[in-house]
Amino acid sequence: MAELIELVWILTKIGAILGPLILSVAYLTYAERKIIGWIQNRNGPNRVGPMGLLQPFADVFKLMFKEVVLPSNANRFLFLVAPLLSLMPALAAWAVIPFGAGLVLTDINAGLLYVLAMTSLGVYGVILAGWAANSKYSMLGAMRSAAQIVSYEIAMGFALVGVLMAAGTMNMSGIVQSQAGPIWNWFWLPLLPLFVVYWISGVAETNRAPFDVAEGESEIVAGFHVEYSGVAFAVFFLAEYANMILISGLAVILFMGGWYSPFHGLPVLGPVFDLVPDLVWFVIKVAGFLYLYLWFRATFPRYRYDQIMRLGWKVLIPVTVVWLVVLALMILAGFGPWFD
Amino acid sequence: MADIRSYTMNFGPQHPAAHGVLRLVLEMEGETIRRADPHVGLLHRATEKLAESKPYNQSIGYMDRLDYVSMMCNEHGYVLAIEKLLGITPPRRAQYIRVMFDEVTRILNHLMWLGAHGLDVGAMTVFLYCFREREDLMDVYEAVSGARMHATYYRPGGVYRDLPERMPQYEASRFRSDKDLKDLNAARQGSLLDFLEDFCERFPACVDEYETLLTDNRIWKQRLVGIGVVSPERALELGFTGPMLRGSGVEWDLRRKQPYEVYDELDFRIPLGTNGDCYDRYLVRVEEMRQSCRIVKQCIDWLRQHPGPVMLGDHKIVPPSREEMKDDMESMIHHFKLFTEGYTVPAGEAYAAVEAPKGEFGCYLISDGANKPYRLKVRAPGFTHLAAMDEMASGHMLADVVALIGTQDIVFGEIDR
Repeated sequence: MAELIELVWILTKIGAILGPLILSVAYLTYAERKIIGWIQNRNGPNRVGPMGLLQPFADVFKLMFKEVVLPSNANRFLFLVAPLLSLMPALAAWAVIPFGAGLVLTDINAGLLYVLAMTSLGVYGVILAGWAANSKYSMLGAMRSAAQIVSYEIAMGFALVGVLMAAGTMNMSGIVQSQAGPIWNWFWLPLLPLFVVYWISGVAETNRAPFDVAEGESEIVAGFHVEYSGVAFAVFFLAEYANMILISGLAVILFMGGWYSPFHGLPVLGPVFDLVPDLVWFVIKVAGFLYLYLWFRATFPRYRYDQIMRLGWKVLIPVTVVWLVVLALMILAGFGPWFD
Repeated sequence: MADIRSYTMNFGPQHPAAHGVLRLVLEMEGETIRRADPHVGLLHRATEKLAESKPYNQSIGYMDRLDYVSMMCNEHGYVLAIEKLLGITPPRRAQYIRVMFDEVTRILNHLMWLGAHGLDVGAMTVFLYCFREREDLMDVYEAVSGARMHATYYRPGGVYRDLPERMPQYEASRFRSDKDLKDLNAARQGSLLDFLEDFCERFPACVDEYETLLTDNRIWKQRLVGIGVVSPERALELGFTGPMLRGSGVEWDLRRKQPYEVYDELDFRIPLGTNGDCYDRYLVRVEEMRQSCRIVKQCIDWLRQHPGPVMLGDHKIVPPSREEMKDDMESMIHHFKLFTEGYTVPAGEAYAAVEAPKGEFGCYLISDGANKPYRLKVRAPGFTHLAAMDEMASGHMLADVVALIGTQDIVFGEIDR
């Protein structure tokens, strides 16, 4: 009986995370279209509901009622499994993300490792989708995506090693707690190069502009998901946006002080700003990073596939390696407010 | 050892970067292009053959539809060839109007090119910025000819009518607030020339805006510098014209080298590239937009000070006005003859070319003395450019093909004709 209650309780918590997450994905697409619209002198969606607010639902219903076309000569099983394979890790990674002090589904000690494992699993969905569809465009997209994710995983991994060294723990809540304090106490400052590398690799890992070569619509049309339609396509879409939110959430936890307010621990401002709930600070910070995603997309041209690889291997990885050494020295010297 | 097989990919005709109906059969090794084989003809409408079956004036509208983003320049080439055969010269004012609209067209074309090129390389915001300015120029087209794109405005002997004294304005609707309406109509209170002058004042700042997004952008430069390099000698051999040739550093511009209309009286500069890569061609075209803006300004000044006829008075070629027609028998006959049979053109051959935005657009006309051309041959600049696709693309990567299609400024209306 006790186990049953425990199970129901866990399922409730999962629901409490996934429900808002999927809703945020829906409204992230809306925000993307609106914000890019404003950047480009347009209005964005404004016909479905007041200010177009119901547009995401219209899109979802449209996709749900469309036929899922199975290309001839496609591997049916893998073709249908691939979208799920890319969605599941994107959702599963949320299990260890702390939204506030103690607000976390499972507070495991190897949280960071788990997240890294989950984000790298997502690429299997992309590769399988590209291969199973039996289309040349998909295949090219899958190859590009595989090469890109594998190389950026390394840069990202090194950046995370920096966080690990600075925080001394792999527990996500522990990482946030070790940044307790005002904005200059957070890890973005001592780990600035790693922070930048992390963010660039994060954008690359989610296949977003300017690193969207895996689906670059003007070259390989839609890359790995060119043959997908209806719900199967919607699942890829959901995974991509859930991953964007995840990467932004990780950036907040690892570098931007998680749920702490920017004035935490200061004499007068600290207590005032601490009145705002943890969750709100977390959401505000995540929204800031998500805005960066949209801003990049509206501003930058797309990299070429080989240029992305060059950037990853020749610039980002050396930067992280050098900064890890600097970081080790800083920790040894007990430098600043971070490592004393 | 495993067999290494090249990979054949069908790029287009239904592809977001195919600029219409380009079909490229690519032979690739991984992402690297070994051979690019352009297939043309999917938009063939037999324009040249159609022109043989109707009076000269009735084909002017077909010229708009060749390169459908530089409409009036095409008309200009055709009309010049007819005028050469007829041995007539239009009035000065008509020549200035033609030059002004040629340059407006050049800006229109280059805006379209810049937007599409940006979109191909992944910078989608430039596209919408360019279309914002294009909209104003489309309105200029509409004000003068009644059509936003396919103007049919040039005629042998001048232009269809003089510039309107009043610029059309936006009307109130429930989708527009009064304030929006006022902003939209702010520049449209005067004549067409006032509106164009206002545009020329605004436009250089707009070009700066596009350039801030692209010119010094690292990604943009990485994607364009050193891509599709064509040496000056090779560019000449391949028959390049226009910005494709000037991007390679060959100073050749028909407006300078074989001045037609009034280009020899105007002050403008010809931008040249040095490396012959996509980036140089980009810079050349952006600078051409600025120079075109200067030319338009000079034309506006001249046109303001010199009112006068915009058509010849020779009613054997040019129809009389409707008023004359109503109370003058002779004019009635002229009108009837011109609108049924058209005019006859003395037997002979003529080639006339203009510097269209994409390069040399030429018309070669043979007349046997009838009211229809015996043969019309259109020399479209895009055709020779596309023919060099294989040479420019082989050895580059798939993503560069897209940049090359952009830099060649391909429009299928003129290639397939």
